[in-house]
Amino acid sequence: MKRRGSIAVVGAAETDNIGVIPDTSNMQLNAEAALNAMRDAALQPRDIDGIACGYVSPVDLASYLGIYPTWYEGTSIGGCSWINMVRHAAAAIDAGYCSTVLVVHGESGRSRVAGPYYGHVEPGSFGDQFANPYGWSGAASMFTLPVLRYMSEFKVSEEELAAVAVAQSQWAAQNPRAMKRDATTIDAVLSSPMIAYPFRRDMCCLVADGGAALVLTSADRARDFPKPPVYILGSGEAAESNVCSIAEVRDLLRPEFVRVSARQAFHSAGLTPADIDHVMIYDAFAHNPLQGLEGLGFLDYGEAAAFIAAGHTAPGGRLPLNTNGGGLRYAHTGSYGMFAMQESIRQVRGEAPAQVRGVRTSLCHGWGGFYSACATLILSNEQP
Amino acid sequence: MTHLPLITPETRHFWEGAGRGELLLQQCGDCGHVYFPPRPFCPRCASKNVKVFAASGRATLYSYVINHRPPPGWPKEPFSIAIVALAEGPKMVSNIVECPQTPDALALDMPLTVTFKKLSDEIFVPVFRPAERAS
Ligand SMILES: [Zn+2]
Repeated sequence: MKRRGSIAVVGAAETDNIGVIPDTSNMQLNAEAALNAMRDAALQPRDIDGIACGYVSPVDLASYLGIYPTWYEGTSIGGCSWINMVRHAAAAIDAGYCSTVLVVHGESGRSRVAGPYYGHVEPGSFGDQFANPYGWSGAASMFTLPVLRYMSEFKVSEEELAAVAVAQSQWAAQNPRAMKRDATTIDAVLSSPMIAYPFRRDMCCLVADGGAALVLTSADRARDFPKPPVYILGSGEAAESNVCSIAEVRDLLRPEFVRVSARQAFHSAGLTPADIDHVMIYDAFAHNPLQGLEGLGFLDYGEAAAFIAAGHTAPGGRLPLNTNGGGLRYAHTGSYGMFAMQESIRQVRGEAPAQVRGVRTSLCHGWGGFYSACATLILSNEQP
Repeated sequence: MTHLPLITPETRHFWEGAGRGELLLQQCGDCGHVYFPPRPFCPRCASKNVKVFAASGRATLYSYVINHRPPPGWPKEPFSIAIVALAEGPKMVSNIVECPQTPDALALDMPLTVTFKKLSDEIFVPVFRPAERAS
């Protein structure tokens, strides 16, 4: 961005329902999310001149919505893609390529109604040749591969891994839209079925249908919309490995790509972790918030498990984290980055179901692929 | 049905080596970088002066999961999916075989030796077993 806070979110909304939606196609989930975000910003198709989405063509979606874009983008590098798209769209608006961008996510990830059609592991790719032959069956048996090493290196117990899900369940208990609303316990998490040792069901994300979208424009126009603007203070992104070849990440415990994305985001925002009031870290699995808190610089390496187990990220804690309940308890459609951003926006707008008092800044961090890419965004309700 | 990878022109030598019982890596003749997966240039310095060589087959167990949800075509019993650290430097995803698929039997840092699992007449995938018997 040319300057901090030069771009703002002026509309944001999720699909009417999230969870099991067998009567809506993947494309229509995109459209419903887009229409809801446009309504939140009081905009019509003719007001939008830029569009970004993933797993459907941005040109197809624009045409479906009756939008004639002068800028479009379709980064599809996994669940954080929509966070990357916000960063890219902000640059495009600053550059004058477009003025009002719709960033859209819809995903029939559970019911699989006419999509989504993923292209992650194409025949002949490294993933196809050097990961697929080993019998991984979904992210739970690939994304999780480094965790036993992490637990060994940093003396993290299975109870502490379970405590991540427990803390987030306490947020979800306050959220009427969360798919799992019961506040769970460490014993209950450790009694849930084994999926891929050491990961049990309740340490793994939900599988849902749904979507969400947001509208971006330049900050000088942002006060003309019904909702208070949410300014983009900073952003970052980085990547380190093939989507499926998690073994290529050079240091899986202290990954460089996470530090790079965080450094870009904090530097562009002119902030440090101490300035952040609220955090969303994409949790496909219970270890993701641990490695996120450490890689982003909120804690030193090895400190996160004890920090979460002590309740510091739960309701009433000093670093509210994943306050919608996260991918573990709220929803996860296969890609979760847009949902994490929606909760950051709700919190800085002051309209979250489990609202934290006095949130001025929120950091949202997501992963793409199985630990192969990431993106970071810092938002605020105050223009710098 | 077992998943059969699609071999490309740039990886054919690797799979032909595996069929002979060799784990082939590549090393850059300019900067010395040893890398995997295979490609006809060095991902560190972009040199095309790279050579293929047979690795020792020795590795250690870096990390793993025990997959309790086998994909279609696999036996129903839980099995390991691992990251192994090759003696030459690169890490790779693999399976640990010829030992109980339990946390007690699968100790981090245990020494491993490569072996090959036949998927078809053309495809033998490198997997790893405990090294005690080998050396
Ligand atoms: Zn080189």
